[in-house]
Amino acid sequence: MTHSPSSISRPLPVPPPLSARARLAKWWRGEATAPAKRVQFDRPLTPWVFLLPQLAVVVIFFYWPSVQAVTSSFYLEDPFGFSATFVGLDNYTDALSSGEYLSTATFTAGFALVVTALSLGLGLLLAVKADKVIRGASIYKTVLISVYAIAPPVAALIGMMLFDMHIGPFTQLAGLFGYDLKVGVNYWDTAFAMTLIAVWKQIPYNFIFFLSGLQSVPVSVREAALIDARTGWARFKDVILPLLAPTAFFLLIINITYALFDTFAIIDVIVKDKPANNPMTLVYKIYLDGFKGNDIGGSSAQSVILMVIVAALTVVQFRFLERRVHYG
Amino acid sequence: MMQKIKPLDHLILILGALFLIAPVVLAVMSSTHSAVWIHTNGIALLPGTDAYATYKKVLTARGGFTGDVTGARMILNSMIMGIGFAVGKIVLSMMAAYALVYFRFRLATLFFWMIFTTLLLPLEVRIMPSYQVMSELHLLNTYTGLIVPLLASATGTFYFRQFFKSVPDELLEAARIDGAGPVKFFFDILVPLSRTMMAAIFIIMFVYGWNQYLWPILMTTDEHFYTLMRGIKSILQVWVGSQIPDYNEAFALAVLAMIPPVFVVVVFQRMFIKGLTESDK
Amino acid sequence: MAEITLKNVGKTYAGGVTAVSEVNLEIRDGEFIVLVGPSGCGKSTLLRMVAGLEEISTGEVAIGARVVNKIEPSERDIAMVFQNYALYPHMTVRENMAYGLKNRKTPKGEIEARVAEAARMLELNAYLDRKPRALSGGQRQRVAMGRAIVRQPEAFLFDEPLSNLDAKLRVSMRGEIRKLQRRLGTTALYVTHDQLEAMTLADRLVVLNGGRVEQVGTPLEVYHRPATTFVAAFIGSPAMNLLDAHVVGGRVILEGHDMGPAQAPDGPVTLGIRAEELQSAPRGLPVKLDYVEELGASRILHVAAGGQYLAFVQSPEIAIPEQIYLTVRPQALHLFDTATGARIGQVPAPVAEPVP
Repeated sequence: MTHSPSSISRPLPVPPPLSARARLAKWWRGEATAPAKRVQFDRPLTPWVFLLPQLAVVVIFFYWPSVQAVTSSFYLEDPFGFSATFVGLDNYTDALSSGEYLSTATFTAGFALVVTALSLGLGLLLAVKADKVIRGASIYKTVLISVYAIAPPVAALIGMMLFDMHIGPFTQLAGLFGYDLKVGVNYWDTAFAMTLIAVWKQIPYNFIFFLSGLQSVPVSVREAALIDARTGWARFKDVILPLLAPTAFFLLIINITYALFDTFAIIDVIVKDKPANNPMTLVYKIYLDGFKGNDIGGSSAQSVILMVIVAALTVVQFRFLERRVHYG
Repeated sequence: MMQKIKPLDHLILILGALFLIAPVVLAVMSSTHSAVWIHTNGIALLPGTDAYATYKKVLTARGGFTGDVTGARMILNSMIMGIGFAVGKIVLSMMAAYALVYFRFRLATLFFWMIFTTLLLPLEVRIMPSYQVMSELHLLNTYTGLIVPLLASATGTFYFRQFFKSVPDELLEAARIDGAGPVKFFFDILVPLSRTMMAAIFIIMFVYGWNQYLWPILMTTDEHFYTLMRGIKSILQVWVGSQIPDYNEAFALAVLAMIPPVFVVVVFQRMFIKGLTESDK
Repeated sequence: MAEITLKNVGKTYAGGVTAVSEVNLEIRDGEFIVLVGPSGCGKSTLLRMVAGLEEISTGEVAIGARVVNKIEPSERDIAMVFQNYALYPHMTVRENMAYGLKNRKTPKGEIEARVAEAARMLELNAYLDRKPRALSGGQRQRVAMGRAIVRQPEAFLFDEPLSNLDAKLRVSMRGEIRKLQRRLGTTALYVTHDQLEAMTLADRLVVLNGGRVEQVGTPLEVYHRPATTFVAAFIGSPAMNLLDAHVVGGRVILEGHDMGPAQAPDGPVTLGIRAEELQSAPRGLPVKLDYVEELGASRILHVAAGGQYLAFVQSPEIAIPEQIYLTVRPQALHLFDTATGARIGQVPAPVAEPVP
């Protein structure tokens, strides 16, 4: 072979590794991460003017309360808020050793699991079907998406009507089978209603993402699958589903977060501040203990525990998202 | 590609659509009947004749399920909440994202993390201390108190940052050669360029703001600041103990509460889906 | 209109990576200079330093009599055409061209006159009120040119402006750019990785490799007297044959065959021969045919001499002989140092020095 010109091209010099001090200096100068743009403005004041409003809101309404949550979780405050005593980790041990807290935690986990599984499954099923049909596709889509916009409390209000002990069709239906459905009184009946409403409200969200995920599968890949796989099921299982995996994982985290937090309104509408014998989620217990029970320390300790759980979930999500960006 | 019409596919879709839309239809239909009618006949499948009376009462009558706030006032408050939140979110997050993407400045990395850490923790986990902060700042029962604290999440900033990063670098370079400084570049180039993105985020955030429940419940005790969602809580509190509950009014309130967000999402469907699915990447 | 002077210019990034080092260049007023090299050679960085889009780490850049190191891009009195055009998508063609002038507070009447003149020159009159997305690639390219022209700058800077066009359009736009620059007489600095584009456009070429200048010269100088094996291989198509050879007693020996005289000390050398300089003859270097590329007007024969492969160009009218022997004029032998790749001695080259 002839000499390749690259064999004599000059290699670029490799930069030396940075000392700890140099890295700190980079942090200070704001150069620790790769710049988002090749060229950036270099002004002393302007970026601050742009950043300040958001930063102020974040500090006042995020960091201040978060820090307060952590501090007050170490104190025992009297119900009138006149005095507070430092009690160390007592609030945490109290919470974690209380049977009520643990049963709420168990219910929350089960609730999250069932809501996530059902709404993901049904969302996927509908998306796959909507992706297949041509006739009427936009009508199905519009109908399914419109439910996304309905607020959880509104969904719960309608749901309550459907489960109402006098007029509710679900109650009547159960009555036909000889079952006395008592939502708001019977623990499992209430849990059933909560789950159904929560799933109903979340299906459209999953549907939207799955459908857009399906529609971004290249036609060429579908055609290749058509040649390689004989049955529709094999095509779906071996080709489409792996391509949907990133979307599904993203949705998994979102759905867990939804079941943990966004269902607050649904639970509140059904339980109406009266825990009685009703199931509830951890967030709702924080609210009840803090606002109705005036147990600020205990409520804060529960908040911190939940913060740790959510933070862990979100970190997992971000790490994953980063990877997904790399794969394009 | 070959496409065969499969009856089973349509059947599943129709069932799914029915499952999702039926409760909405039932709510709309029932809201057109009287409370007594519903009490005797149950949930309605067909329209009734009392729509005008019910909606008129819900929209204009004081008292009833709450002391002295009308449904119209609650709609106004929900509008203020939805639009105020969406606009505030767009303004704040666009500015912050601009600073983070287009400037080199001291401690940028620190502020980047400070802002994006807010994505970790939803409001629900810190309601108690947030309430205390609001009361210390005397922001209970104010529109500021309703809207501004909700802006303390970086979702919008995240979306805009992704979008700005996808804007070709050369645009800034061309603008700099054309003599545009940071402020001019922002208003002359970047803002007009972000119009679609702004619209998509507006829709998402409007729905989010309109649908807020927990925060208005904590922030407002003065009925003049009640939103529709807060009204739903009140109507349920009156519920307990009444002989024949005002089913029709509750349904009417629910219908009023869903019309604006559903309308916005359905009309701007394409833009909304694009904003939702693409900016979450 | 101005000269541009680069003195010892270098660029080191914050991470410690050196992209450009010790570049010295004097560009005459009205000259068309092309910076050419493979990707990552630092040509774009160099251009962007002249534009003011990259900070200059070391050395000095002067436009006209003014050192511009610390001057904002908009104050340097240059105009730039980008590879992806960088048109403002929400502005019409007219607004795109006028934006820079508006920012410089040019009087309205003057802006209109200049835009009209540029539009006439570039045949864009019919499109002035369209948005860029309603234009074809070639038209967008013209608008980008127009935006540069209306500013009447001291210098045009082009950053691979034709790379996004299809091959045919590229050739015609190339001609237009050259004509336009001649007509306006504006100094131009043009970056490309395409050696053909570089050859056809340039008054002088600057060949860059690994952030350093390998050679500066007119296209013909660079073609006929490449300063290094890198330049030899990079400029010209097919690439120059570079072969392991030896000098023994003033003769170049390739695979045991005497190729001609050499003014070099005895020892191993890299021998460079352009494909079009090799001729098949009744006797000479015996080679074996490997494969043939038919190009229509000519034909490239790939052959092996011993263990080394080389290419030569032949007219398609001549039949391919059974047994091929190659000869070459002594003037067409290029010798390079095997270790450094630098050209050795003054190999007599029958090239008339082009006077710019």
